[in-house]
Amino acid sequence: MIGTKALEPVAARADGLWKVYGDGDARVVALRDVSASFARGRFTAIMGPSGSGKSTLMHCLAGLDTATRGTVHIGGTEVSGLRDKALTRLRRDRVGFIFQQFNLLPTLTAAENIRLPLDIAGKKPDPQWWDTVIETVGLEDRLSHRPSQLSGGQQQRVACARALMSRPDVIFADEPTGNLDSHAGAEILSFLRASVREHGQTIVMVTHDPVAASYTDRVIFLADGEVVAELDHPTPEAVLEKMKAREVLV
Amino acid sequence: MLRATLKSLLGRKLRLVLSGLAVVLGVMFVAGAFVVTDTLGRSFDSLFADGFSQTDVAVEAKPKIAVSEAEGEQVATPLPASIIQQISGTTGVESATGIVNADGARVIGSDGKVLTSYGPPRIGQNWVGEDALLQLREGRGPDKNDEIAVNAAVAKAAGIHLGDRVGVLTLEPKKTFTLVGIWGYSGNRDSIGGLQEVAFTTPVAQQLMIGEKNAFTMINVKVKDGETPEAVRDRIATAVGDNYQVRTGKQLAADSSKELKEGLSFFNKILLGFAGVALFVGVFLILNTFSIIVAQRTRELALMRALGASRRQMIGSVLLEAIIIGLVAAALGLAAGVGVGALLGFLFVQLSGGGFALAPLAVPMSAILSSLIVGVVVTVVAAVMPALRASRIAPVAAMQDVATPDRPLTRVSVAGALVGAAGATLLGVGLYATSSLILTLSGILITFIGVALLTPLLSKPVVALLGRLFAWSVPGRLGRLNSGRNPRRTAITAAALMVGIALVTGVTVVMNSAKTSLSAQAEDTIKAQIVINGDQNSPRPPSFDPAVLRQASGITGVRAVAGLWNDQAVVNGKRTYVHATEDLAQLSEAFGGPALARLKPDQIAVSTQEATDRHWQVGSTLDVQLSRGDPEKLTIAATYDEDTMPGSYFLPAAATKEFSVPQPVFGFVRLTDGTPVAQALPQVKALLVDSPEVSAEDRTAFIEGQASTFDTVITMVQVLLALAILIAVLGVVNTLALSVLERTRELGLLRAVGLGRAQTMRMVTVEAVVISVFGALLGVAVGAGLGAAVVRALNGEGITDLVLPWTNMGLYLVLAAVVGVLAAVLPSIKAARLNVLAAIAHD
Repeated sequence: MIGTKALEPVAARADGLWKVYGDGDARVVALRDVSASFARGRFTAIMGPSGSGKSTLMHCLAGLDTATRGTVHIGGTEVSGLRDKALTRLRRDRVGFIFQQFNLLPTLTAAENIRLPLDIAGKKPDPQWWDTVIETVGLEDRLSHRPSQLSGGQQQRVACARALMSRPDVIFADEPTGNLDSHAGAEILSFLRASVREHGQTIVMVTHDPVAASYTDRVIFLADGEVVAELDHPTPEAVLEKMKAREVLV
Repeated sequence: MLRATLKSLLGRKLRLVLSGLAVVLGVMFVAGAFVVTDTLGRSFDSLFADGFSQTDVAVEAKPKIAVSEAEGEQVATPLPASIIQQISGTTGVESATGIVNADGARVIGSDGKVLTSYGPPRIGQNWVGEDALLQLREGRGPDKNDEIAVNAAVAKAAGIHLGDRVGVLTLEPKKTFTLVGIWGYSGNRDSIGGLQEVAFTTPVAQQLMIGEKNAFTMINVKVKDGETPEAVRDRIATAVGDNYQVRTGKQLAADSSKELKEGLSFFNKILLGFAGVALFVGVFLILNTFSIIVAQRTRELALMRALGASRRQMIGSVLLEAIIIGLVAAALGLAAGVGVGALLGFLFVQLSGGGFALAPLAVPMSAILSSLIVGVVVTVVAAVMPALRASRIAPVAAMQDVATPDRPLTRVSVAGALVGAAGATLLGVGLYATSSLILTLSGILITFIGVALLTPLLSKPVVALLGRLFAWSVPGRLGRLNSGRNPRRTAITAAALMVGIALVTGVTVVMNSAKTSLSAQAEDTIKAQIVINGDQNSPRPPSFDPAVLRQASGITGVRAVAGLWNDQAVVNGKRTYVHATEDLAQLSEAFGGPALARLKPDQIAVSTQEATDRHWQVGSTLDVQLSRGDPEKLTIAATYDEDTMPGSYFLPAAATKEFSVPQPVFGFVRLTDGTPVAQALPQVKALLVDSPEVSAEDRTAFIEGQASTFDTVITMVQVLLALAILIAVLGVVNTLALSVLERTRELGLLRAVGLGRAQTMRMVTVEAVVISVFGALLGVAVGAGLGAAVVRALNGEGITDLVLPWTNMGLYLVLAAVVGVLAAVLPSIKAARLNVLAAIAHD
């Protein structure tokens, strides 16, 4: 695993991606010839107003949705064209997810939720990595709690820990702080930032919050299904400015 | 409100179909029972109306012992031939014909086997010529005493032709006759109602079917033109006096039909009983469905409340739904019930030999009313609780949160304990104190409800324990956790399965205990190594030539031989079963019983238990009326322990000619020590060539054969309760389908983090299996308890050993697991097919 990571500088890549819903008059183009690559060990934000196609792009990248045309690669593997079984395996072993909400199974404890993808794969967590991740997200004394006994911020931290635990090629985060207050949100974003910086994790995050975007290394702006701008080393102000300039205020 | 109700009804089709199906199946049984009873009833009416169409007035003697259709054959008291003159002399009588017509003429077919009948009697009669109804097809009527004619049904079934020599068993052992005629009935029918009929000359018929010369069973009267049968009937009744029963042909047909219909009403009750069980189980399913519907609609209902709907309107809305479902399901059930009724009618006709014309199918008012009432009442009863709960929801609370609150189980558990205790008490009183069937059954019912109420409490530890079995894999563990998530829903689903399995287990426990106890007793009491007997399930017990007994005693190595005659008699005013044997000493020897002397013709032996109950001693004189002949006074010569000999009364050999079947039904052969059974058995078998109804077997085979009756009952109950279990399975499907629906987003998440399709299916299947096995476990436990209670209550009846059928019980558990897997098929496919993206976005 480490070997391939070192050889392959791009963790995920989309080439000429189209996503079209419906036919004739009802035809809606969600992605229009989108190409983008996400470098290994970097934190990228996808931004854009509602309906810009940012979620669709993420879903296609993550193998949750299939593009109408174009290809997607995760690591060295072409995702487009994989069947359900292979896709499931890809999601399990090489991709991590953090959703906006309902990230956890209510019947499992925090620890069981974190271990779930590994358990499904029949693997044991590396004890050292386990301790590192748990420490990073600060969940040492919450591991035996069920989701209903955790705050929203704690639940998202569990989700982060789960995504990090299998050291996937890429973690996709869909508005991970959308449901949190600014303090809890900042905590989560710091974890994500730290895991990129300290552990070389690749993260792709969909967001519409300029502050959240400022934690990343690079921002891709989408509008009407097309990539309209990019910004490296963003600050909240720079992001806002870009958005104003594009009249893509969210 | 109505519009809103209808819209939300249609929005939840699957659940409606499943819960409605429970009502449909239950109602189907109810309607089927009424339809088949009605159709067969009308068929009997037309059958007898036809059969007695040539009879204007019939004169019969009152029977010595009144025996109902269900208990066995009633023996007609013979009329003296002299009465014919008396009747002929009555004004308005055109002709009076003496008729011999009695059950018990068994024709031996060309294959050497006795023609069997599953219901219609096998009639022996005298030949009185053709009429508008009865028409010869071939040959002529019997003239000579060794000639017979048969109806076409007999000729076809027996494979016999004119000129054949045909053996017939009657009150006497096998006699052989020449077949000279075959008759049929108007409309080209082979028989009326599948009756097997053999006609002899009048003297032979009198001898073989009545056992008396110059006697008849009925006088058939034709009235003169211009006279009404009713007027002539009244005149004849006055002329012959009170000892005779004088009826018009119409009355006779109606009365005969009524007797058969009483048998049908018993059949009807059994069907209704099983329909009741099915509906009882259906209530659980509907209760669950409505609870879930209400829980899921909490937000919708709250919105309606907020918009100003009253509590009453809320309850009304849910009940209206229930009434609509109930009506639709009842209508479908009724339609299906007509089909079931037609099928049962058809089977009945097939079983009774096919010679039976089924009346056109009609749907009686009773079927329509009972279907609608049962369907609606059951559904509404099941929906009331959820409706009340729905109305209690505070609008604001409900709109904020859709999650079903985890209400504490204390109240329901306390209620369950109380109801369960009440049920057990009722059951105890029913079984031990009053032996009342109604009390016992209501006790069982209430116990079920009590256990069902306790199920949620039990479900937590038991489901956790059961789940351990599957916890080795991730899908297994997830499934186990899911099955423990909603204890009430799991509990109701499992409780529905419990009812069917508990009843099956209970019956199995009782039957196995009875079988084992009675077999052990037979092992203990019967010392005879060889037993002669036939199929005891036929309405008329198979019998054999008593000469066989004398011949058997001549076989080398035979120590004792005894025959056993059975009948009913009235002893000091009370009807009871009696036995007779030609030599009590021999029988006692064959059974290894107490040393008893041969009875003289005016003596009787009574069991000690019976004598004590009725305050008799040796030397008491009893009035005994047998099936034939006049009442006799018999003196008690001896008493014996009931555990060592069969039955409570022994009559002397002389009495057997007044039995309804004057031939032995059982024969017991005890060999001297050291004589191998294998040596004697073929010799005894060889003696039975002319008694084809019976065979000789060794003691083990005999006891096994007797015990097999219990297995038949178990199988029948299993088949009938399969319906209740099927409905419970629908409940499991329903619960799972809902779980899948409710947890759509969770499933999406699981699939997103890498749970494969097969693993998803396994997870759902484990949940189903855990619920099913939990239900079966409860059922087996409750059933074993109920069975044990019944067995203890029957201790006095000779069922002394409690036998728990471990194999069967294990089988029911395995079956439940299989049922769980099957129930999970559709829901698990649905779960596996979920579109991951749509599921995650699911609101």
